[in-house]
Amino acid sequence: MNHILELKDLSISYTPGKFAVNKVCATIEENSITAIMGPSGCGKSTLLRAINRMHELYPDIKISGEILLKGNNILQMNPMIVRRMAGMVFQHPNPFPTMSIANNVLAGYNLNGIKLSKGGKEEIVESCLSSVGLWNEVKDSLNKMGTFLSGGQQQRLCIARALALKPDVLLMDEPTSALDPIATNRIEELLLELKKQLTIIIVTHNMSQAARISDHSMFMYLGDLIEYGNTEQMFTNPKDKKTEEYLNGQFG
Amino acid sequence: MRIINTSSIVYRQLKDKAFFIAICVLSSVMAIPLIAILFELIQKGYKQISFPFFTETAPSTLDAMMAKSAGELIPGGIVNGITGTLLIVSIAALIAIPTGILGGVYLAEKPKSIFSTIVRFLTELIQGTPSIIIGVIAYAWIVVPFGSYSAIAGSIALAIMMLPLIVRSTEETLKMLPRSLKEAGLALGSSYTNVVLKVLLPSAFNGLFTGILLAISRVTGETAPLMLTALGSTVINWDINNPTSSVSLLIWEFYNDPYLIDLIWSSSLFLLLLILALNLIAKYIVQRTSR
Ligand SMILES: Nc1ncnc2c1ncn2[C@@H]1O[C@H](COP(=O)(O)OP(=O)(O)OP(=O)(O)O)[C@@H](O)[C@H]1O
Ligand SMILES: [Mg+2]
Repeated sequence: MNHILELKDLSISYTPGKFAVNKVCATIEENSITAIMGPSGCGKSTLLRAINRMHELYPDIKISGEILLKGNNILQMNPMIVRRMAGMVFQHPNPFPTMSIANNVLAGYNLNGIKLSKGGKEEIVESCLSSVGLWNEVKDSLNKMGTFLSGGQQQRLCIARALALKPDVLLMDEPTSALDPIATNRIEELLLELKKQLTIIIVTHNMSQAARISDHSMFMYLGDLIEYGNTEQMFTNPKDKKTEEYLNGQFG
Repeated sequence: MRIINTSSIVYRQLKDKAFFIAICVLSSVMAIPLIAILFELIQKGYKQISFPFFTETAPSTLDAMMAKSAGELIPGGIVNGITGTLLIVSIAALIAIPTGILGGVYLAEKPKSIFSTIVRFLTELIQGTPSIIIGVIAYAWIVVPFGSYSAIAGSIALAIMMLPLIVRSTEETLKMLPRSLKEAGLALGSSYTNVVLKVLLPSAFNGLFTGILLAISRVTGETAPLMLTALGSTVINWDINNPTSSVSLLIWEFYNDPYLIDLIWSSSLFLLLLILALNLIAKYIVQRTSR
């Protein structure tokens, strides 16, 4: 198995001396789904956002350590390239309100100034919307605004938007927390399908979701990566007492 | 269970009612002068408003004198003022809109930088500066060096007055956009410039447009800064290097001429309705978006 992503002593702090992520080391396999779990405030989002350099927008945030994406240290790469290789889906669906459904899917191209032929555009829109299972629902209203869709549809649109750029890694921060069970189910199926093409890291509060879809799981607590390993093994036989307590619902 | 004191609830309801009635009465009292002004302008000015009012230039004193002595309506119109206002305000908007929007983007994006603090202070300063002083500055900067009164000098004076309004409305609108919008754009690998131009500003369009309309309506009626810059003109002028009239300048000229003074009512009515229309459009947009 290839290691597509490697975290080496990754530490992140919002305020000096207080680490929201503390010396995390992990390697992530290509074409796998990794779930990040842990109680609220333990640093899951912070860790995830470091991978596509979202923290750079906020100058107070300090990062140390290394993140290797396909062997290159992303902290030394051009952030725009990093972000195209590692796409992100946020907790709350955030389609661009001024763009139509089709243009939301193509937003990555438009924003990067990549010109496409009309046929090329249609192909990308259809294939991306199909792969998130949205094509049949919206194919007659591609020119409607993305914000007209339901929450679950919007989230799938946002996944399509991230997929359109063919990223190597898809980072998802609780992508189904605002969705109903049916919409959640569809996204889970989609992720299992997608992992054939890319690597997925998903933050989730839903332990059964992690058990259902992930190959590997991380358990974080107060910024530390307490346990990281095979999901099945972690759920049946956790090594750490904290993990066990968390999985048993004793805190979190 | 706590015992609920019904009499105190009745008392509070009464108090609410009294307060509500007081608000209604006071706000209608405030509306009275506005309605009275409009009524008076319509009453005294409607006779002058006809087709030539919008197609002919302002009459000379002589023409007005002759018409008056013959007991006729004063001939002519205010078209040189209307075209002048259009020219001066359009150029002012062309200058102030891009500059103001860029300034607003900067303030919203770097709210704590020293430069932002300075810019914010300056916008407040300009906003508090009497318009005549802005006229004096434009006079010193443009009229004197170029040796002539001109529409462009007037436009620059008005642009300076529009800037703070546009800067602040841009800043406020952008600050109201969710952070996730910017992050979504950047997460796709977009450059910062493209996120601002293609995501943030379009999303803020209604707010920006409202701010711009209000800024335009704010300067459309300005007179003092134009006296020192555009000066006025008896003919229709489209050359930005020449002295130019405006509706507000015409009102001032009419007022100073005993034979033309009757024209101030119709001209004022026109100016007031124009500004009212701009404000109503702005308000309509705000309402439509907040729904
Ligand atoms: N913008 C910020 N400024 C300061 N501290 C922050 C900021 N964002 C997060 N933190 C702190 O960093 C820690 C980790 O936050 P993070 O958002 O990564 O948690 P999380 O595991 O994603 O939690 P949740 O499950 O609630 O989303 C928390 O203690 C939080 O208080
Ligand atoms: Mg989080």
